[in-house]
Amino acid sequence: MAKILEQKPRPTAKERAAKLQDQVQGSQAWSSIFRPGSIFRKGYTDSPRNRSYVIMNSVLYHLHPVKVKRHAVKVSYTLCLGGLSFFLFILLTVTGIFLMFFYRPTTAQAWQDIQSLQTSVTFGYLVRNMHRWGAHMMVLTVFLHMARVFYHGAYKPPREFNWVIGVMLLQLTLLLSFTGYLLPWDQLALWAVTVGTNMMGYTPVLGPKVRFVLLGGSEIGGNTLLRWYVLHVLMLPFVIVIFMALHFWRVRKDGGISGPL
Amino acid sequence: MTEIPEHLRKRAEAARAKAAESTAEEAPVAASGADAPAEDPRIPAHLLERSRSAKANKESASAGTTTVSGGGVAVADKVGAVVAAGVASGGVPVGAGPGGHTQRLLTVVKSGSIQDVKAEPIDKVHTWPHLLAVEFVAALACTAFLFVFSVFVNAPLLGLANINQTPNPSKAPWYFLGLQELLTMFHPMVAGVTIPGMGLVLLVLAPYIDKNPSNKPEDRKFAISIMTVHLMFWAVLVIIGSFFRGPGFNFTLPWRDGLFFDF
Repeated sequence: MAKILEQKPRPTAKERAAKLQDQVQGSQAWSSIFRPGSIFRKGYTDSPRNRSYVIMNSVLYHLHPVKVKRHAVKVSYTLCLGGLSFFLFILLTVTGIFLMFFYRPTTAQAWQDIQSLQTSVTFGYLVRNMHRWGAHMMVLTVFLHMARVFYHGAYKPPREFNWVIGVMLLQLTLLLSFTGYLLPWDQLALWAVTVGTNMMGYTPVLGPKVRFVLLGGSEIGGNTLLRWYVLHVLMLPFVIVIFMALHFWRVRKDGGISGPL
Repeated sequence: MTEIPEHLRKRAEAARAKAAESTAEEAPVAASGADAPAEDPRIPAHLLERSRSAKANKESASAGTTTVSGGGVAVADKVGAVVAAGVASGGVPVGAGPGGHTQRLLTVVKSGSIQDVKAEPIDKVHTWPHLLAVEFVAALACTAFLFVFSVFVNAPLLGLANINQTPNPSKAPWYFLGLQELLTMFHPMVAGVTIPGMGLVLLVLAPYIDKNPSNKPEDRKFAISIMTVHLMFWAVLVIIGSFFRGPGFNFTLPWRDGLFFDF
């Protein structure tokens, strides 16, 4: 008995791990998840081919080409402003979904919900802070991105239309921020939105009508809160995502980012 | 100016070095080959012998054709004559290929005249890792900043909204404070609609108005000045509206009367 055991030593932990890895990576489930050529199927060693595969065989191929102009990766040219705007949008979506679990858009409950979110929900205050400061930051980065693009003359042919989409995105960002401003339903929110929507009412012909539709009445109240909530968490994000998809797609179709100067 | 990519430059250098090497090698061979081709050590002796006899045959044959054809019209004959003349004269053969075939140079077409080479080599790098690494670090730094800032600075939550109690001053969100500031100077119609509307339309139309094809700062002094004035105009208005407006939206100094501003 002892002799047999000596002849067939038990596999070491390393061998068993290697075998397990082979089994997992050879399974149908694994190969259905990762495309042929994916680095998660065949492993990654640094080579020009694998560098291409990282992009080509992942969802990143929707966003980036395999290769970019050398000057395009200089941080001093773009300052990452467009990318950071997009990243902040993702961060705001994540924190916003968290906030939605604790918030009801009615005049009786909205303010209370925020209050209890801050005092009795784990990390509630932190996430609310991140959502609010992130929103202000996004307005800032989008604005600075626009200034950067203008100063580099990047709106010139063939990128004229992408500039137009960009201006739309700036307005959508402002609208998203503005609709979110009302939701805490405190004095700051109510009166900031009152001032803002009063200005809108001065637009000739359509102004008062648009204001009425947006407020759900002639004054800010429960209807306004519900409408702005739906605009803030559903409609405007939906629209801005479509415009972002167009924007990113055009960046590539118009020959990558502009420049060098 | 387009920078020449590293790998292309290296390839060109290697090719140049190789060319220089081969000319240096060939020069002495050519010199010796001109007066005594038979001594070329690379050609086997029996082949040299065969070509020598073939040449002798041809010489005798060409002597025959020239006398026979005289004013002959056939192209083949003429060509034969040219070849024969070339070989017979003993100089450098002009168009004679192996077996007496002749290639004539009709015209020289330079590549630029029929092929418009538009794609210049562009210096590119792999997105992974060169761009993705930068983006990842930027995203990480952004998250870290936002996280730390949020730990230490709390978002404002004032008292419950009350439609009957107007705070003094009432201010719009900061990005609209420029507009609110304009309201103190102009009719609401002008301040709230005309001026921002025109600004927005001009912004959208900027690429169609600006016909200057250059993107170099020194060529676009006018566009840059206009934009800078425009941006500064709003920035100054927003700053005044945010920090220098107190109760009744009257002018105050923040270091004297304190801040009347909430994010």
